[in-house]
Amino acid sequence: MTASNGCSTGEKEEKQSLNILIFKTFSAVGRAVINWVDTLGSATIFLFLALWKTFRRRQLSKVINQIYYIGARSTGIIMLISLFTGMVLGLQSYNALTTFGAEGAVGTLVALSLIREMGPVLSAIMITARAGSAIAAEIGIQRISEQIDALHTMRIDPLRHIVSPRVAAAIISFPLLTTVFDLVGMVGGYISSVLLLGLNHGVYINSIQASVDLKDITDGLIKSVVFAVIVVTVCCYQGYFAHMRKDSHGAKAVGMATTSAVVISCVLILVSDYVVTSLLI
Amino acid sequence: MTTPLIEFRDVTKCFGNRTVLEGVNLKIYEGEITTIIGLSGAGKSVLLKHIIGLLKPDRGTIFFRGKPIAHMQKQEIKEFFSKMSYMFQGNALFDSLTVYENIALPLVETTNLKKDKIHRRVMARVKQTELTEAIHKYPSELSGGMQKRAALARALVTDPQIVLFDEPTTGQDPVRKNAILSMIAQYQKKFGFTAIMVSHEIPDVYFISNRVLALYDHKIVFQGTPEELEEFDHPFNDEVISSLESLQKELTGLYSRRQFKILNSAHLKRKRSAEQPYAIVVFTLVDMNFIIANLGSDLAYDALQRMCTYIDKHFGVIGGLSARFSTSEIVTMLPHSDLEEAQNILDDFIKDFEGEGIESFWNWIKANKWETIAEPVTFTIVAGVAEGTPVTKIENAIDLAKANQKEIWSAKVCRQGVNV
Repeated sequence: MTASNGCSTGEKEEKQSLNILIFKTFSAVGRAVINWVDTLGSATIFLFLALWKTFRRRQLSKVINQIYYIGARSTGIIMLISLFTGMVLGLQSYNALTTFGAEGAVGTLVALSLIREMGPVLSAIMITARAGSAIAAEIGIQRISEQIDALHTMRIDPLRHIVSPRVAAAIISFPLLTTVFDLVGMVGGYISSVLLLGLNHGVYINSIQASVDLKDITDGLIKSVVFAVIVVTVCCYQGYFAHMRKDSHGAKAVGMATTSAVVISCVLILVSDYVVTSLLI
Repeated sequence: MTTPLIEFRDVTKCFGNRTVLEGVNLKIYEGEITTIIGLSGAGKSVLLKHIIGLLKPDRGTIFFRGKPIAHMQKQEIKEFFSKMSYMFQGNALFDSLTVYENIALPLVETTNLKKDKIHRRVMARVKQTELTEAIHKYPSELSGGMQKRAALARALVTDPQIVLFDEPTTGQDPVRKNAILSMIAQYQKKFGFTAIMVSHEIPDVYFISNRVLALYDHKIVFQGTPEELEEFDHPFNDEVISSLESLQKELTGLYSRRQFKILNSAHLKRKRSAEQPYAIVVFTLVDMNFIIANLGSDLAYDALQRMCTYIDKHFGVIGGLSARFSTSEIVTMLPHSDLEEAQNILDDFIKDFEGEGIESFWNWIKANKWETIAEPVTFTIVAGVAEGTPVTKIENAIDLAKANQKEIWSAKVCRQGVNV
């Protein structure tokens, strides 16, 4: 009797602990999902409000100012990165295609890779690193030093004043920078394949002209606009709500917000790249 | 009975498990300077942020002119908050904007004023807060005191009806602290706004406050005039006022009014006979507001500080107790002197002052730039003596001394020099 009782108690305890484990796992997953949906919802509302408030009075000068910070000041680094990306592409594709006697397709490969994929993705990642992190840190500092509260007390809408110009500037700057990336990248490919490896100049240029469609260009630009929306929303959102982080406070919260902004933006750029590409193809 | 401008009824606010405000009841009246005092971390700033709408109460109601804010229409709330201005404890200046741009920001963003009008209004505030040389600098390039003044200028540039000051004098030197408080009082009189202030500057803040609210143990334990607070029998007075007051002799080196009264009653208890008299001398620096308006607050309070130091030095050695009773009024009690003796002591003081004091005044004049004075400024000190007895109220003796005040020294300062 005692033995059977002991056995059943042991089984009961084991079952109970298993139940607890399952319950805890489900509740943790549930919490994470609810949190994620909640954040996604509030970030979407945040984006739409910011977009809506872009078309208010006294916004043009702020937008131009932000285009300078996000766009114009990123041009140098974008040109440098794209030049070497194009050169590597030219080098690799020339070596690979020569094996099959198809070096005439180097221009096609370089141009299409840049315009369809590498241009929008790499320029978005570079702008995230340069301007996105700065946006998150700047807004985060404004939040923890009560500058955003000060705007509230002055009846200045912080979303309109701080976020909207950045959103508009990003949507304008990203496609422009992507275009610069594509063009300079193709020049890079020309330098490595034509000037350094001896590919015929006319072959390189002609293959680009023959293979690149308007659709390739518009698809690349659509992607860059999608990335702009993602990057600017994530970076502004992380900075704007830096004070509500549960994992840290004050300056540390700003640091964490900046890190999160960059990491989340980069991940979302790559994920959305696949989604957008599959929709556009 | 007048309807309060702002009223809190049973307002409670918690952050997680921590209760900051618990059943707070308070009334703030229009056109007055109301000061909220309490120890650090007592919830004073939280209370202020409820008034401006940055925080919402967990329980309880906030009324504006008798109407609950929670029941107001969106437009009404917008109008209510548009009348307010807030000066943050940490200044909250925009570090990417210059001082000029910071001060101009509320006008640029919320009004349709033209550029030149905005410029005129901003420059007027810049001049009043003595920031002319710093307008093109960024907040990070300014000293703590200058940042505070820039925040003050920004809070006042929209000519608000209600101004909330969250510790406006923190981090300032004693002269500047008094200068800022007097500036607030001056503006309040000039523009007639309602000032709600959180401050630790006891007793200096009493001189400009109409009402004082005491926040203690998450509740408002006292609402009334500064004089009533002195009579208030509550642990708040022992724990908070005494601890804050001991730090507050920086400007004048004199006792506070409350300390003066305590010491005075202690002296009187020691007197053997109820008829044994003591003497009161009241000194006043005449027309302090005119001096501030023409020389600026810094120089005016510097002059007051020098006067207080000199009085304390002279009367302190013979057992006199001196206290600052109002912005420019010093009361000295001579516990062991009668009227005749006190008059002789005052005569000696005047002789001393004419010798040593004037020399020090000359040095002070030389050390300051007087080329900027708009019109001649006269420094006049008046003094009066009266006798009191342990059985009569000290206030009566003070009033009598004030009535007996005569000019003891005067100096006119203008661009060309000084006439004493």
